[in-house]
Order: sequence, then structure tokens, then C-alpha cells
Amino acid sequence: MRNFTGYATTILRKQYTLNRWDLLALFIVFGILILLALAAKQFSVPYQLGQVVPLSLSPSHLPDYALQTVMRMLIALLFSLLFTFTIGTLAAKNAHAEKILIPIIDILQSVPVLGFLSITVVGFIALFPGSLWGPECASIFAIFTSQVWNITLSFYQSLRTVPEDLKEAAAMFHLSAWQRFWRIEVPFAMPGLLWNVMLSMSASWFFVVASEAITVSGQNIVLPGIGSYIALAITHSNIKAVVYAILTMFFVILLYDQLLFRPLVKWSERFKAEQTGTETTTKAWSVKLFHRSRLFRYAGFFLALFADKWINISIFNRQNTAEIKPTNPWLTYFIVIIWYIVLAIGLISAIVIVYNFIQNSLTVVDLKHTLLLGLITLARVIATVIVSTIIWLPIGVWIGLKPRVAEIAQPVAQFLAAFPTYVLFPVVVIMILHFHLNVEIWVTPLMLLGTQWYILFNVIAGAAAIPKDLRQAADNFGVNGWLWWIRLILPGIFPYYITGAITAVGNAWNTTVAAEVVSWGHITLHATGLGAFISDNAASGNFPNLAIGIGVMSLFVVVLNHVLWRPLYVLAKSRYQLD
Amino acid sequence: MSQENIIDVQHVSKSFKKAEHQELLVLDDINFKMNSGEIVALLGKSGSGKSTLLRIIAGLIKPTNGQVLYRGKLVTGPVHGIAMVFQNFALLPWLTVLQNVELGLEALGVPRTERRSRALKAIDTIGLDGFESAFPKELSGGMRQRVGFARALVVNPDILIMDEPFSALDVLTADNLRSDLLDLWQEKKTNTNGILFVTHNIQEAASLADRIIVFGSNPGTIRAELEVKLKHPRNDQDIEFRNLVDQVYMLMTTRPQDERAQLLRTQKVHIDYRLPDVSIEELTGLLETLDAPEHRGRMDLPMVAEYLSLNIDDLFPVTEVLEILRFANISKGDIEITLSGRAFVNADILERKKIFATHLLKYVPLAQHIRKVLDERPGHRATKERFVNELEDFLTEQEAQRVFKIIVDWGRYAEIFAYDSNTGILSLENPA
Repeated sequence: MRNFTGYATTILRKQYTLNRWDLLALFIVFGILILLALAAKQFSVPYQLGQVVPLSLSPSHLPDYALQTVMRMLIALLFSLLFTFTIGTLAAKNAHAEKILIPIIDILQSVPVLGFLSITVVGFIALFPGSLWGPECASIFAIFTSQVWNITLSFYQSLRTVPEDLKEAAAMFHLSAWQRFWRIEVPFAMPGLLWNVMLSMSASWFFVVASEAITVSGQNIVLPGIGSYIALAITHSNIKAVVYAILTMFFVILLYDQLLFRPLVKWSERFKAEQTGTETTTKAWSVKLFHRSRLFRYAGFFLALFADKWINISIFNRQNTAEIKPTNPWLTYFIVIIWYIVLAIGLISAIVIVYNFIQNSLTVVDLKHTLLLGLITLARVIATVIVSTIIWLPIGVWIGLKPRVAEIAQPVAQFLAAFPTYVLFPVVVIMILHFHLNVEIWVTPLMLLGTQWYILFNVIAGAAAIPKDLRQAADNFGVNGWLWWIRLILPGIFPYYITGAITAVGNAWNTTVAAEVVSWGHITLHATGLGAFISDNAASGNFPNLAIGIGVMSLFVVVLNHVLWRPLYVLAKSRYQLD
Repeated sequence: MSQENIIDVQHVSKSFKKAEHQELLVLDDINFKMNSGEIVALLGKSGSGKSTLLRIIAGLIKPTNGQVLYRGKLVTGPVHGIAMVFQNFALLPWLTVLQNVELGLEALGVPRTERRSRALKAIDTIGLDGFESAFPKELSGGMRQRVGFARALVVNPDILIMDEPFSALDVLTADNLRSDLLDLWQEKKTNTNGILFVTHNIQEAASLADRIIVFGSNPGTIRAELEVKLKHPRNDQDIEFRNLVDQVYMLMTTRPQDERAQLLRTQKVHIDYRLPDVSIEELTGLLETLDAPEHRGRMDLPMVAEYLSLNIDDLFPVTEVLEILRFANISKGDIEITLSGRAFVNADILERKKIFATHLLKYVPLAQHIRKVLDERPGHRATKERFVNELEDFLTEQEAQRVFKIIVDWGRYAEIFAYDSNTGILSLENPA
């Protein structure tokens, strides 16, 4: 069974206390954030969106909307891969760049995506005045930020762990840097890369849907897509339309899961570096179809031919013929000096910006208030994890110990994790209204809906990975009941559980921005919390407050990662890993 | 065949940085020449720096001092004309056999069609036909190494260098592959003018090489060079062959005079001594073998290796520790059990621990030191870091960790101290 590591492994670095480079990165990221917010304030009035595309609630438009939604996601993915191959490679190969890039990415992945969206959308609109390109770019950018960080970090880590003998083989056979990249480094990184792409895709369904209809500075920005369709259905209190949208989404995710996810995971198995065994773990009917159909075989042949040309493209492989000339050490030295000067200037400006901002826009009362809101939201996040654990841990263990059931349940759980729960929000809101439930408490299920699956499928994987002989030994010595749990099962699944919980928490924080303020028709339900604070300030165009909200949330996530999750992850890896 | 000089290693030494201002010397002033038409074996224990030397010759790492000439030209990076075969094959698991073999040609910019036909020819030559479209993970170890050979030979190398090419294979497979390689070499099916390989297997060196260069460790030096005049194929039951193997064993187990003298004078290794990776079971096992009635406490080392099917990398650390602990003596390629060794073997479990503890404290200064620190401290406790840091004054970080792990293992067995791996604390308490 596959080891479900994604976000979780990427937050693990050598040390788990904040070092000076982390602090530096923190300043730079916050500086940029504030700068964006201030710029947004300048741009914010008036918008010129050009002609607004009229949306229709007729189900016949849904396929078209769904297609547009999917396109946004794929375009964002393309950019994520570009970013990964350039920035990730740079970080892995250049120690000077690595020092600052990795902490920055580490902090960026803690920034709530929807907050990012609200703060950047105004800038993008200013970039393309009078056209929908602005919001379109902003939406794609938001999806990009929800996908890219863990993909890049995974790639970076893979590049750093390319086995020494493969590197030596590449050197001995005189592969050019370009050939080495495509023949050795990318394939070696492929399983992790693909797995993280898949996790990112699953997570970003939520954001693509949520980013299609947003309110910034009191103005609604709508892009045609499933998300905006649902938003429209919500304002019209149209239950039938909501159901259509849910069905469409279900269908889209099913297609994506079967036609893309599974074949790719299956394909990536050949890139696994370990040289033993040919155990196949993923089954995909579509792969069989691809293999057997003549059309696809032709396509495969031309793809291989293209790949060959691409890898051996002559302009990148010049050094084959000539011996490599050593670069001038003084030039290298000079560039490094310049780099650090630029970095220092960046840092100083970031500090000045942050300082000015704190002086001008931040009062102690504000900060205390925001921190308090953060604590409330934190309580919700923790509640989410606890509740999903109580519900899904026993079920996951039960499933995981039965291989036949696990085989069916595992893909279903992965499928459900990809399903954007945003489309289910109206259903929960209707329930809250119908039963007159307490909003403060009952928005938590909204967060639960999306995040619980990460815990479930990791627990299933963990339980399935407990070696049979350990279970038999436990049986043999009559270890059962409570003892069975605390001596065998809980330690056995611990690393997997931690991985799941880390991913779930990351998701939960992000969801709060959408989940703490929900509406149905003209009724808007408002919970107290940092997520609501962010989305309210985005809607009213209070950009300084928005920056504070985003900053505080990022800070919560960063601190929790360093103080809680990283040590737990290290412990899980060092003591509870079953090899 | 002309006795043209193809590789010339001149005064090569290599040291690695272990800490600030501290260097670890792994190769010290190595000089040798390799001639055209020769198979040369670099033979040594693990840690003798022989693989490092191989990589310096290949141009993969730079020497700290000295230089390597390939056909009169200074080696500054990987050289065209030298191809390498790796210990663990270094095949790309995502490429088929054919694609793996094509790799080197691809890098040379050979066009696709020519690439394919040359690769297929190499695959035929090495006996891999039928496996062209297989992935490495579908192949057995021997077949994988054949891919490694095909990949190296397809680029028509002038010199083939091999880093323990057979050590990851089982005995039968290795034998088979060795003789196939020899056939290729003798029938001149390749354009290769020399083979240089690293091994820790004495039999292997003796059966393949025209010249054996024996390495001594810490730091790596050339201890001896042996010309092998036996004709191929060599029979390992041959008396001449056996004499050769005996001779090599002797060369490898005899310490240089000064080292030996020092050991006798101080009767002790120093605190910076790098304890070899040897478990108590291995020590006991070898002593029990020696003490068995049919051996009467004395055995020829090649025989020990054969009898226990150990290669020298597994055997020599055990004999070394037995010698240090005064449980056995080694001279002239023979090992003999001492009186205390005999006492140890004949004792019961608890008594053995006592004898081991006495010897450990007496002859291994690190054990002595740890015990002393624990005795002196009021709480009889000390952290792991304390000792590892001390070790790092002499050893690399990794090596210090390794040595610490071993002394903990021995110390726990001898019950001279206790260690809690969760807290990293050494103490004199027994676990509750």
C-alpha cells in the first residue's frame, strides 16, 4: 500500500525550530503581503470588469461551466509545474538560493489561499482593465497557490536525494545537465511529484470552485464555472440547481479520478527507485484500455519519439562534444555577492514595510482581537481533527485490517477527499436554518466534510501496513481489547495518522475562510472567527485588516507546524516507522 | 601487445573534511601505473580508500594532492574513454534494458538509429538478448549487472573500471559473470585495453587479475603489489592458486612493523580507535569455531573464511576485535585462540559477560573512559552527546555515531553501563 505523504513530508526539514532564515522569510512574505494589500487599496475603486457574462441556472449550461472550471485548474497546474521545475531545481542545486527560497515556500504554504485571492484580485484587475482576464488570472493564481508549494517542496527533496551512484553514472557517461535533468532527476522525482500533484489537484478543486464567485470591496466578481453556478443558486435559494451542481461535480471528479488520477499513479509505479519486486498496487481499467487500443499505442509511440527529441535537443546538449570548461571563480563570487546584496535590500525593505504598517494600521486592540479570533478558529480546527479521529480512526482500522474491504474503500476515500465540499455548503446551511442550530458550533461540520477523508485514508493505509506477523504475535499472546489498541494498533498507525492529521489541519485552516461565513438566499450565517474576519474584510475592501487577518492566520499555521507537527512527525518517523 | 602506459597515478592523496580545520586522510601518497592489456585489481578492506582511488582515477572526485594521467593527459573530470561498472548497478529503474544501454550513446549525441543498433549489439554480446524491453526491477541481480556491463561496453571504452562489480551478487552468479567477462576479454570482443577493478574478495582478485595491488587501511596506502603469472582460466583448487591466495592473506593481515611494535608496547588501542562493526554473536561464534576439537584452537585464515563462508570484509573486523580483546592472536595468516579466549568460550552465559566486561574495560579505552566518567559523577549519569562530541574530536560525525553505537552494544552486553535511547542518557542503573 502506498505511503501517503504529501504536505506532511514537505513540512519536515532538518531542524524544527525557527532559524534565522525562517525569520527572514517570514519578514519577506509578510512584507510582500502588506505591499499587495496597500496596492490593492489604491486600485480598489472603481472596477471596470467590462461586460459581465450572464450566468444561467439552466442545467444545460453545466457541462460548459464544468469544462471552464476544469480548464482553470489545468492551466494552474501547468504553471505549478513550471514553477517547480525552475524554482525547485534552483533551490536544490544552488545553496545560496536554497537558504531563502525554502523557508519562503514553507511560509507561503501556510498563507490561506482564499485570503491570497482577495488580496491579489484587485491587482490583476488593474493589470487587465475592462476585461475578465483580470479575475480570470486571479482565480488561476489562487488555484496555483493552492497547488504549487507541496509539489515544489517534494520535487526539491527528491532532487536532493538522487542516489549517489546514479549521479556518478550520469557523470561517467557524460550526460549534459539537460539530459541529466530529464533522464535522471525528473524520473527519480516522479512518484513523489505525481503523488503531490494528485493531492494538490484534489485540494484545489475546493479553491477553483470557491474562487469563481468572490466579493471584493462590495463588488461581486463572477467567472463562469461550477462555483459561480452554485453561488448563483445560493442567492436564488434554488435547491434544485444546487443538486444539479453537486451531481455535475460528482461526475467531473469521477472522470478525473478514473481517467487521470489512477492511470497516472499506475504509470508512476515504474519510476519507483527500489529495484525489487514487481508488485502492482494500483488497478486502473483505463490503463488497460489505453494499452489495448491501437490509437493510444500510436499516441504512445509518438510521445516516446517526442520525448527522445526533447531530451536530446541539440542546443541544450552542446557540452557533449567539448570538455566542460571551469567557470571563472571570480564571476561566481561576484554573482553570489550581488545575490546577498539583493537579499539584504529585500529584507530591509520588508522590515521597513512591516514596521510602517504596524505603526500606521495596527493597534494593540486590533491585534489582540485578531489573535482572539485566531484562537476561536483554532478551536474549530482542533475540534475538526478530534471529531474526525473519533469517527474515522476505528472505522479506518477496521477497514485497513481487511484487505478486501480496504481495496474498495481506499479509492473511495481518495475520491471523496477530492470532492469540493464547497458545493455541499448550502445543504448544511439549510439544515442549520431548519433545525435552528447554533451557528458557532455547526459551521464546524463544513470544515469536517472536506478534511475527514485525509485522516480516513491515511489510517486505512496505516492499518493495512501493520505486518501480519505482528498481528499474529499479538493474537498468540492473547493481546486484545484496550491493550491491543495501545500496544499494537495505535503505535502501528501513528506515522500514517500524523501524516493524515497534518494534511487535514492544513485543509481545515484554509476552509475556514469559506466556511465561517455562509449564506442561503438572503440569509447569511456568521460565525466568529479568523476565517470570517478575513472574508468579511475582503468583501468590504478593508485591505489593511485583510492583511492582518491573513498574517495572523499564517503565523498560527507556521507556529503550530514548528511547535507541534514537526516534532510529532520526527517522533513518528524515528520511533514508530515500521520498515 | 605493447606495454604502453595508460594510467599513471602520481603521489595521489585524498583527505576529507570532517570538522572545521580537521581533515581525515583516506589516501596517502598513492603511486602506480597501469599498462595496456592488463587487468589490475585494487584489493583492500572496506575503508581502505580503494573505491575513493577508483573514483579519482575516473575523474569523479578530485585528489587533494597529486595527479592522475590518462594516456599522458591530466584527468580533471570524467574522461571520454573510461567507462564504469557500479557495485549496485546504478541502472535507471524507469528505463528499459535497451534504453539503459543507450544512455551513454545518447549523451555522446549518437543518432537514434545508430544508437539502437549499437545497443542491440552490445546486448547480444553480453548475453542479454530477449530482455531488451524488460525493466531492471524485473531482472535478477546477475542480469542487472550484465546491463551494467553492456552499458559500459557499448561506448567502446578504452579502459573499463569496476567498483566491486560482483559483490552484490550471490556466489554462483558472480562466478558465472566473472568467467563471461574473462571470455569477452580474452577473445578481444571489445576494444577495451585495460580493466581496473576494486574488490575486497581475495579469491576474485586472484582469479581475474594480472596484477594485484594490496591496500592497507587508515590511511589507505599501497602495501604490496603482486604480479600474477597464472594462465586463464585459473583453477581455484590449483596448488599455485592456493599459494597465491595464502600469500595475499598474509600480506593483508600482517601489520606494518611500526604499527605492530606500537601495539605491543602499549598493549592497547587508543581512544580514537574506530571500533569495527562487530556483534557479540560474531565474536563468540568465531571463538567457538576455533575452540572446536577439530581445529584445536588454531586455523588458517583462508580456511576460516571458507569454512564460515565469510568474505574478508566480514571476517577481518571480527579477527581484529578478537586480537584487541586478547581473545585470539594472529600471525602469518593464522589465527590462534588465547587462554582467556578459551576461558570465555567455556564459560556459561553470566560468566562470559564477566570475562568480556573485564577485557573490555582493560583493553578498550573508550569503554574505560565511559565507565570512569559515570563512576565519578554523583548521579552516575551522562548524556550521549558528551561522548559523541569527544569522539568527534578524532572522527567524523557519522563515524562517531557509529562507534558510539557499537560501544553501547558491547557495554550493554558486558553490563558495565546502561543506555536509554529515548533520552540519550548513559547510566549505571539497571532498567527497572
